[in-house]
Amino acid sequence: MKFALFVTDSPHGGQASASAFAFASAALDRGHGIERVFFYCEGVHNANRLAAPPGGERSQVREWSRMAAERGVDLAVCINAGLRRGLREVNLAPGFRISGLGQFVEAAIAADRLVSFGG
Amino acid sequence: MARPKKLAFLCRRAPLDGGNAAEILEAVLIAAAFDQEVHILFVDDGVYQLVDGQRPDPIGARGLEGGFAEFADLDIDHVWVERESLAARGLAGTKFAFDAAPVGRAEIAALLAGMDAVIGA
Repeated sequence: MKFALFVTDSPHGGQASASAFAFASAALDRGHGIERVFFYCEGVHNANRLAAPPGGERSQVREWSRMAAERGVDLAVCINAGLRRGLREVNLAPGFRISGLGQFVEAAIAADRLVSFGG
Repeated sequence: MARPKKLAFLCRRAPLDGGNAAEILEAVLIAAAFDQEVHILFVDDGVYQLVDGQRPDPIGARGLEGGFAEFADLDIDHVWVERESLAARGLAGTKFAFDAAPVGRAEIAALLAGMDAVIGA
């Protein structure tokens, strides 16, 4: 099955982005596909490479980047939501790309299931 | 073309709670512009988003009326507001910026069960 994920919470704002990541990992482990992970609202903070949690703390940003590199998952960030929160190309973590809301809808159409995290 | 997806946006937060309401409304409009079957449900504190006459500009926030005004052009006609949420907040009979259809909690469950996706917001 092909999943699209919609993430609207920041890594430190709650459980949603960690849950989204765990969901994506589990889906891939079981042979499913991830059509796209789309980051919106506070979710854009998942893509900020300047985030530097102290040693010993989990870095959600780095984990997403690793997932993109190792498993080829498409990580798309809404440009308007990003700019509003100080996220742009210059501080975009590896593996993420700047995108627009149309790509969220496209993913929702292409995927068998759209799963929303946050809100 | 494949049949349009039924996408429900579940708006549960007050209009200025974190500023996400305006962004979610933007996503609603884009989904409708892509000819998907969009449903919007205002529940819990989300019902405050519908209250007419809000003036958020003095605190630098965006109002939602501009988004509501586009509903007709984009054929967004599945707009629901939960009766129980209105009653719990003393909002029954209030003037709304958009004329959402009142619906009971049990009906909402049935409505959501028929969706391809529910987007929490």
